[in-house]
Parts: sequence; C-alpha cells; structure tokens
Amino acid sequence: MAQVALKEVTKRFGDVEAVRDVSLEVEDQEFLVLLGPSGCGKSTVLRLIAGLDTPTEGIIEIGDRVVNDIEPQERDVAMVFQSYALYPQMTARRNIEFPLKNRGTPKDERERRVHEVADALELTEVLDRRPAQMSGGQRQRVALARAIVRRPEAFLMDEPLSNLDAKLRTQTRTELIELQRRLETTVIYVTHDQVEGMTMGHRVAVMDRGVLQQVARPTEIYDHPANLFVAGFIGNPPMNTITGSPHSQNGDLVIDTVGGSIPLTPAQQDAVRRSGVTTVVAGVRPEHVVLDPDGPIDATVAVVEALGYEYHVVCRLDDGQQVIIRLPAEAVVPREGEDVHLGADPIRLHLFDAATGHGLAQ
Amino acid sequence: MSVTHPFERLKPDRLHDESVGKGSRTPRSRRRRRMMELLLAFGLLLPSLVIFGVFVFYPLIRQIYLSFFLTPPFPGEPNHYVGLSQIQQVLSSHDFLNSLWVTLLFVLYTVPAGLILGLLLAVLAHQQLAGIRFFRTVFSSTVATSVAVASVIFFTLLNPQVGLFSYLFGTQGQLSVLDDPRWALLAVSVVTVWQNLGLSFIIMSAGLQAVPDDLLEASRIDGARAWARMRHVILPMLSPTLFFAIVVGTILSLEAFGQIDILTAGGPLQHTNVLVYAIYDQVFNEDNDGRAAVMTVALFLITLVFTLFQIWLLERRVTYER
Amino acid sequence: MSAEVGTGVTMGTLAPGFRTFLWIALGAIVAGIGLLVASRRGSPHYRRRVALAGRYLLLILLAVIVLFPIYITVVDSLLKPDQVVAKPPILFPFHPQWSSYSTAWTQGHLGLYLMNSFIVTTVIVVGELATSIAAAYAFAFLDFPFKRTLFVLFLATMMVPLEVTFLTNLSTVVSLGWYNTYLGLTVPFLATGFGAFLLRQAFLGLPRDLRDAAKLDAAGHWQFLRRVVLPVARPSLAALGIFAFFSAFGQYLWPLIVTKNDRLRTVQIGLKFLANSQLNNFNVIFAGTVIAAIPLFVLLILFEKQLIRGLTAGAVKG
Repeated sequence: MAQVALKEVTKRFGDVEAVRDVSLEVEDQEFLVLLGPSGCGKSTVLRLIAGLDTPTEGIIEIGDRVVNDIEPQERDVAMVFQSYALYPQMTARRNIEFPLKNRGTPKDERERRVHEVADALELTEVLDRRPAQMSGGQRQRVALARAIVRRPEAFLMDEPLSNLDAKLRTQTRTELIELQRRLETTVIYVTHDQVEGMTMGHRVAVMDRGVLQQVARPTEIYDHPANLFVAGFIGNPPMNTITGSPHSQNGDLVIDTVGGSIPLTPAQQDAVRRSGVTTVVAGVRPEHVVLDPDGPIDATVAVVEALGYEYHVVCRLDDGQQVIIRLPAEAVVPREGEDVHLGADPIRLHLFDAATGHGLAQ
Repeated sequence: MSVTHPFERLKPDRLHDESVGKGSRTPRSRRRRRMMELLLAFGLLLPSLVIFGVFVFYPLIRQIYLSFFLTPPFPGEPNHYVGLSQIQQVLSSHDFLNSLWVTLLFVLYTVPAGLILGLLLAVLAHQQLAGIRFFRTVFSSTVATSVAVASVIFFTLLNPQVGLFSYLFGTQGQLSVLDDPRWALLAVSVVTVWQNLGLSFIIMSAGLQAVPDDLLEASRIDGARAWARMRHVILPMLSPTLFFAIVVGTILSLEAFGQIDILTAGGPLQHTNVLVYAIYDQVFNEDNDGRAAVMTVALFLITLVFTLFQIWLLERRVTYER
Repeated sequence: MSAEVGTGVTMGTLAPGFRTFLWIALGAIVAGIGLLVASRRGSPHYRRRVALAGRYLLLILLAVIVLFPIYITVVDSLLKPDQVVAKPPILFPFHPQWSSYSTAWTQGHLGLYLMNSFIVTTVIVVGELATSIAAAYAFAFLDFPFKRTLFVLFLATMMVPLEVTFLTNLSTVVSLGWYNTYLGLTVPFLATGFGAFLLRQAFLGLPRDLRDAAKLDAAGHWQFLRRVVLPVARPSLAALGIFAFFSAFGQYLWPLIVTKNDRLRTVQIGLKFLANSQLNNFNVIFAGTVIAAIPLFVLLILFEKQLIRGLTAGAVKG
C-alpha cells in the first residue's frame, strides 16, 4: 500500500500549468526525491501533498484516504521549508513544541518529546535561543526537529540543504539519510541538486516543466535514462550528446555524425529501425568515452582540465559539438589542439529520438 | 558510536500517537469551511463597519439630504424643502465665497512653506556631525505641541499690550497682528507652519533615509555641487515622500480649526474665516443646520477634488524605486 | 527707525534687545555664507573646518528660531506675572516660581482635564488598535466576497474627516444620550481606515513560508495572530499606537462641542478656558501649556525611533 499517492494530478495557476498529469506512488518508509530544475513543478507537487494548494484535477491520497478536501493540519504530514520558516519571536523550544501545543498535547508529554528530539539533533544547548541567535545549521535542525516531533506519516522537505554552506551541506546530507533510515518513515524530498538526488533517495522522480520524466532507482536513472532531459540532467559532467542520422552501411545500421559513423549493436539497430526515426541523438557518458586510434569519431582537443583526481578532456567535432572525456589521473593525456579519435563500447550508447527526446527502447 | 544511536529514540510508534490529533477522518466539506471563514471575516470587520456607518457614511448622506432643507428660524417648526435653491444660495453667498478664498489662501500659505522648511531642516540634520542628534530632537520638538498648545503660546506672545512679540517688534499698545485684517491670516499661518514643523521634519528625515548614500557619493565624485545633487539625486529619490506630504498636508490644512478658534475666532472681519470655522459658526452661532450642511458637503467635495487632482497631477512624477 | 506696514500697524521702534539679536542673526547668516564660500578655496583641511563652522552656525541659528517659543514658554511659566511682562524681557528664571503650576493644576483644573485627556486617549488608542488589527487580519489572511470593495470603503473614510461630519455626529451623540460623556468623546474614533491600511500592509509583509508553516502546525487563527503575526508586526503596531495617541490627545474640535462643563473637558479645551480665565496671569497660562505639552513630549523622547521606523515602513514609501 502506498503511503502517498498522486493520481493524474494537474495544477493550473490561471493559464499556466505548473503540474501536468502527474501520477506517483510513494511507498511506506521510502525516501523519494523529487528532482528537477527550478520551475519544473516539484515544489508545487510538494505543496499539493501538504495541502497548501489544491489540485485542479486529480486525486491525492495519504495513507488510506483521499485528502483532496482535507486541511493541511489534518493530513498528518510535516514540512521542512527551504527558508526553515521558524517563528522569529519564539525560542527554539517554543518553535518545536508549537505543533504539539496547538493539538492539545499535554504538557509533560510535550516536554518529553521536545527533549527527545533536541537531544537527538544536538539542540539542547540552543533550546532557549531565538532563531536570530543561532547559526544556519542550528536553525535547519530546529526546523527538522519541529517536523520530527509530530511523528507524522510523511515528511515533506523543500530543498532544506540549499541555504547551508557546502561543507555543512555534505555533512547534513549524510545525517538526513541516517535519520530517515532510523525513523523508518516516508520522506518526500524536493531538490534541484542531482548529487542529493542520487545519494539520498531510494527512488528518484525527475520532473521538467510540470511533467514527470522518469521515476526509478538512482542507478537505473543513471544507467538507463528514459529521455534526453534526464540523460542530460543527471551526471556531472553531463552526458555527451551527438546528433546524427541512421544510415545503412554494409547491411548494418550506423549513425552518421559530423565526426564519423557510430556503430550499433544488433539490438540497438533493431530499435532504431522499429522507431522509424530519421534523426538520432547518441549519448555516451564521459567516463565511457575512450581515446581509440581506431575509434569512429574524429575530434580535436580543445581544453584539458586537470582536477587532480582525474582529467576532463574537452574535445570538439568539426561543427563545434563537444565531447567530454573523463580520464583517470595516471592516464596519458593528449595535448590541447591535438587531433584524436574517440570511441566507446556500443553497449554504453544511449539512443534518443532527436525530435521528441524519448529514449529508443533496446 | 554509542550502542543506542540517539536517533533510535525517535523511532515513531508505528501506530502513531493518539495525542497527535488526527482531526476528522472525514473531510469537512469545503462549503462549510468557506462559510466559517466568511463568518469570521464578517465578525472582524463588523465593529469598524458599524462605526464607519454611523459616524462617517450616515453623516455624509444625511448632510447631503439636509442641504435641501431650510432650517426654520424657530426650533420646533418643520424643515422646509427647497430643493436646490438653498445650495445655490449658499454657494454664491459672499460668506461662503470668502471662506473658500480664505481657506485656499491658508493652504497656499502653509503647505509649501511647511514642506520646504521641513525639507531644509531635514537635509541640514542629515549630515554626520557631532551632536547632530541634539539638533534632530530640537527640530522635531514641535510635534509635541498640539494645535491648542501652539495657539495659546502664540496668542499670549502676540498679546498687543504686553506680549513678548509685540515688544520685540515694537508694536506695543497698537493693534495686535491678529486683529489686523491684513496680517491675521498670515500670522495664523506662521503659527500653523511652526506647529507642523516637527512632523514635517520627521517625515522628510524618514524619506531622506531612503536615499541611498552610495548614490550621493557617486554624484559627489562626479563633481556635482550641492544644488545639483539636490535636484538630480535627492529630490527624485524623495519624490514618494514629497508626494505623500503634499497630499496629506493639503487635506490636513483644509481641515484646520483649532488655531483659528483660539487665535482669531474667524476674524478680524472674516479674514481668517476658513471653511471649517464658518461651518462651526453656522451651527453654533447662527443655528442654521441647513446652510451648514451645504458647506460641509462643499468642504468634502473640495477635499476630494483637491486630492484626486493632486494624485493625477503628481503621481506620474514620482519615481518609485524597485 | 520706523516703517509703515499697511494700515493699522506701524512697525514702531524695534525693541533694542531684539534689534541687537536681528543684527547678530544677520551677521551670522552673512558669516555662514561667507564661510561656505570661503570653504571652496584653501587646503582641504582648512576647507573642511570652515565648512563645518558654517554648518554648525546655520544649525544653531535655526535651532534657536524653532525652539524659541517653547523656551520662552517654559521660562515665563516660572516667573511672576509682573516679571513676564517686564521689558527688557527676562530670559532665564533665576528664582523659579512653581506656584503657577499648582495654580494651573488646581484652580485651572488642568489636573482634572489632563486625566480626562488620558482616559479618552487611552480608550481611543486601544480601540483603534483592536479594530485595525481585526480588520487588517481579515483583509490580509482571509478570503471573502467584495474584499476589494470593502477595503476601498475603509480607505474612503480617510477622506471624510470629523470636520465634515461633526454636524450630524453631534446630533447622533446627543440622541444616544452620549453628550458630555466619555462614550461620546471616544466611540466615533474607535475605528480608522488608516490603521487598517497600515496594518494590512504590515501583515501582508509576513513571509508566506511562515503562514504555511503555521497552517501545518495546526495554528488556529487566534494562535497565528497572537504568536506569529503580531510579534512580527510589532514596529507597525507601535507606530500606529503612537500616531493614534498623538492624534487623539491633540483633538480639538470634537471635545469642544461634545463637552459642556469641567467634568469631562480635555486638556486642550481646558487650555483655551485657562487662557480666557487667567487673563494677565501669563505665567499660569504658560504653566498650563507646559502641562498640556508634557505627555506628548515624553512620548516623543521615548519613541522617536519607532515613530520614524513606522512611518518609513508604510505610508512614506507610498
């Protein structure tokens, strides 16, 4: 039974469709990441689940009931905001116990729970301080504590790490993962940071412009992106994409590109033939591109970036399209301006319809 | 790591605590919720609306209505409907026209002067000088004087026999400036401007604070002299404040009463008989509610027209930042 | 030197002390301008000092002019009646006579009047705050039909001041039996469009996240108002309160026509009566003025910063 479910949910603001026909099921105790660029609708989805907005169409379920008409405070979900939304005139203690107080939790129970949470999140020393007197990290934990203390059915988090500095962010990321595993609770987590998406979620739901692109485990998303958008969004440096057209060559189908002709596996050739597509985008991740003197693609090295633990070699095809290669630190690295030949194991190739961006099934 | 990880203690009761109110398991209908919100809004607005209704809107309507009726010379007799003739008569009467003229003069004397002086003081007090706080307090001090306080002070100081100002200007024993038809209105205006100086100063200072210092610095580096800086940097940035001050200042000056009552009682020879005082006079000395009603409606319309005209004329000249 | 200025008043011989003052003032202005002009040349160090001197001169001159009436009032309130009118004028009370104050307080009933003013003002301020908070809450956080029209209605009341409506309001108050009562003095002012406007502005400035968080935290309207909205809106509340106090305390027309005797008279009207009854006891009149002005002066000292902040927050920025 899904803990949170969205069924064909659409949300329109006037003429603008912020969320279009989204169907999603979040399992109990699952950490689901809603990933996408800003404006893709992920925060809107979160707000719809919370009840801060109502869907124009579609059904939202939490637990075993339809919650479309149920007020936010009655949905048994807690939210951690990007800005933390701490009540500025209240101490941390008051902030944390606020949701309990409003629900009539008796005093000793309240105090016990507040102490529990403050202890676990190492907030005991700052309990009697106001938000303005706390560090960013402490404020973030107070926001978290306020959500945890309610023991809700699901946690909704809206980019809670984005206001932290880089070091704190990495640290808190790990803590959040640990927290979710320990609490054994459902978390729906919104972010635009793909590293967070990949490392934190059991599954990742990628969104773009209001539409769900792909929902799958992180490895699945990485190894088998469903379309061009997902392919380009996940992975750093992003996947290399070269446009070309299918061409019959000695009975085999190859992709003709500016740099050369890319061979395909039989399965891939079938897929291309079946789809009837005339322009194909071939994608391959930087770590899968190799410098091969017999490689099918001709390119010139434009820039060599030395990162210390590896190299990023940026190559350009004749028409300016670029291909980035990741080489380990000990590799022999070409010089800038050198002409090279690039190749890759066809298995590592991802094929997409250039017109629609859809992945071609293999 | 300790045997029991601190997070362990947070493991929720799988059945969820009852004290975390689940609220209704059935959705409260949206209609009912809207009803309640409506009721709440109504309840919150009701007190204000009742007071407005009784003391603002009803009087306006009633006074418009009253304008059409002649007030009888003896109480007890019914009012006599005369249609537009009373309105016509009052509006063309010498008394009303005089009051209108006096009021307009008064606005002209007090609003620009108050603004300019307030601005001048604010600019001077805006500098970073030692002890500037003292000057700021001094310049805003007249805000503590009410109309009555200021009027009584000046009334006493202008006493023709023994008042200090009479002595200083060498006019002892002669006609007080308040009794001189040529100077009375001006004198009252001076008192008004002085009394309003504190508020004008505070408003202008507040507006000046909104002028970004880096803009001023840049213009100074660009070689702009004080006057040029004033014209091109300060005034545009100050325009919202100036706009506000002009509109509100005009409205307030059209409503002036207290200083007239204390200083000149409308005289000498009606030379300070502003509209509000004339209305007051009609009501309490002449007992003529009908005429008074016409004049109140006239005052209201004049204020409205003035304000709308100013808004229309000046609003587009205001540069709003952001 | 005498000059004819219009009919009826001849500028006779200017008082010698005053003449001296005028010469000094003229000299100061010339000196100030001269300094400012001189500050254009010379070394930067010299220029700065000279410009500084010029600025201070100007400031002092203006401060004297602005403060003079108040200063004289305080000084003369501590003199004996014959000293007040002495020529040349006495500019400092070397032997202060506090009796004028007690006369004004008791004989002049200013103590009673002051109390009345305080009662009336406090009731009005509290009432205005309460109704403005309520109305602003409705306009800022609730949804209901005709919201915009109603708000315009509220704003419109600012265009219809008491000076226009007093004719009817007087008869209304009389027929309600509120003539010469605290009710009559306070009730018409318990609601204000300006207050609703100012507070609505402040409430709308609350970050949306806080509102959402409060919703999820199951905060009812009252809890939300009390614990989230009002604490955050405190500067605007203070500004409104101070503004309302100044406005109510200084009221003149309404207390004049709605009270008929000592019992309920406010200090502003009381001043007028004092001036009329004390005739040539100028020291008592001035003492009364000081008494009437002190509350507002204290308020100014205490809350100058809040007043300015409140003004900048709302009205001034348009």
